[in-house]
Amino acid sequence: METFFDYLLEFFFIIAGIQFSYAGYRALKDKTNNKNIGTAIFWFILGILFIFGKWLSPVLSGLLVVGLGVITLFNQFGSSKEYIENVEKAEKSAQKHRNMVFTPVIVMAFSAIIISFLIPESSTTVIGIGALLSLLIAMLIFRPSTEEVLDETNRMVQQVGTTSILPQLLAALGLIFVEAGVGDIVAAMISGIVPQGNIFLGVTAYVIGMMVFTVIMGNSFAAFTVITAGIGVPFVLAQGGDPVIVGALAMTAGYCGTLLTPMAGNFNILPVALLEMKDEYGVIKAQIPVAIIMAVIHILLMYFWAF
Amino acid sequence: MHYLPLIGVLIIVIGFIMKIDTIAVVIIAGIITGLVSGLSLTEVLVLLGQGFTENRLVTLFVLTLTMIGLSERFGLKEQAVYLINKIKGLTVGRFLSLYLLIREVAGMFSLRLGGHPQFVRPLIEPMAQASAVANYEDTDEETQERIKAQASVMENMGNFYAQNTFVGSSGTLLIAGTLKSLGYDAPAAKIAVASLVIAGISLLMGIVYNIWFDRQLSKKYKKAGGDQ
Repeated sequence: METFFDYLLEFFFIIAGIQFSYAGYRALKDKTNNKNIGTAIFWFILGILFIFGKWLSPVLSGLLVVGLGVITLFNQFGSSKEYIENVEKAEKSAQKHRNMVFTPVIVMAFSAIIISFLIPESSTTVIGIGALLSLLIAMLIFRPSTEEVLDETNRMVQQVGTTSILPQLLAALGLIFVEAGVGDIVAAMISGIVPQGNIFLGVTAYVIGMMVFTVIMGNSFAAFTVITAGIGVPFVLAQGGDPVIVGALAMTAGYCGTLLTPMAGNFNILPVALLEMKDEYGVIKAQIPVAIIMAVIHILLMYFWAF
Repeated sequence: MHYLPLIGVLIIVIGFIMKIDTIAVVIIAGIITGLVSGLSLTEVLVLLGQGFTENRLVTLFVLTLTMIGLSERFGLKEQAVYLINKIKGLTVGRFLSLYLLIREVAGMFSLRLGGHPQFVRPLIEPMAQASAVANYEDTDEETQERIKAQASVMENMGNFYAQNTFVGSSGTLLIAGTLKSLGYDAPAAKIAVASLVIAGISLLMGIVYNIWFDRQLSKKYKKAGGDQ
């Protein structure tokens, strides 16, 4: 069963790669995009990385990733103005289909939940299964022409643009950070400045340590294991804190850091791409007050509730 | 010498502040971090290539885009506006608070409802925009951008602060496992119960934030209306 889902996942990567390659092909022919060559190469490289990623030698993949960076660094990626929105058609279709227009979207959202419940091994592939299933249903309901389907694929990929790969790239950066020992250095730095024997300072260091580590590494799970051993045990738990409360609060304290960091690309940068926001850090900026207030609440709760 | 690997963090910060192309900054930060910590250029490229291809899952949301595009072409947003218009007294903030509540409660039952590609982009954000249009007729780009951000904030808050309330969630299991290996007894079930407190606080905070958001919007549009 597990190997089946491994194959399925690889199959989904190949489809995504074809989608990127198609966007490259369309960019090549796009007269409205004055940087169409750079744009096309960007999508083709991404297509290769997705279709052949499993078989490419890692060095070659690495070089291709650098190629992506070269294109964007020299500002050779441009946007298309090919697509013209047809509001009238959308309004007519809404009146015709009524709430049926929501069916594909709802199928995608809930099929993921249902499938992952029924077949736990499927977890990583559910988004692909849901996407294809809901696409099929959308085609049955709306009966679009082939051209319309291709137009929409291209429009959406061009719109999410280069931001779409940022979360994945940041995950790769995280891997290099781990390999370079960045996490250990951060943990050592924080534990070096906290005085022993003061519960309030210990709690504050633990909460802020979880946040800072998560901001840098982008992952509060990694932060929890490192910071709990380095700061949580000597400065909080050894002073008599209730491990259940301290543990629960330390993890969510890390999430205060997650709200602040572009390193958590999946949560903070991905929506920028999906919602086509102008400000790359628009989501993070709106989360700053939440993160700060929640961090203060974590410190106070851990101090008064766990002791 | 010891702190040299932190240079990558510094590069990222400087790149962000100076608004240099983010993709290039991330790649440069990765390569330099690897090099200063003693890896060869080939080793760094291997890590970069491996890290990228092994994380292709993160970008798998592109598969959902065709369906979302088609749904939009065939009237998803128009119908969302129509539906929201029918509900009296619904504001952006109230709608988003409702989403936050549903998301947190579903999390308790291990239903990982939500996600930016599955829920926010196709459903929650268009409906939030629609409820602004229903109240203020026409919204400008600044407002639309703020609503996009606010919808994403609610998704993240509901996801992060409520996920550990389920005993079998990976976060809860990690807390229990890590503490056990460090010699402290903290069963997952008790951690899940303790996590309810922060989930409840985050729900309250989200609601307060949404009420504030509504006030900002109504202030902005009342003023604009008064000027005319």
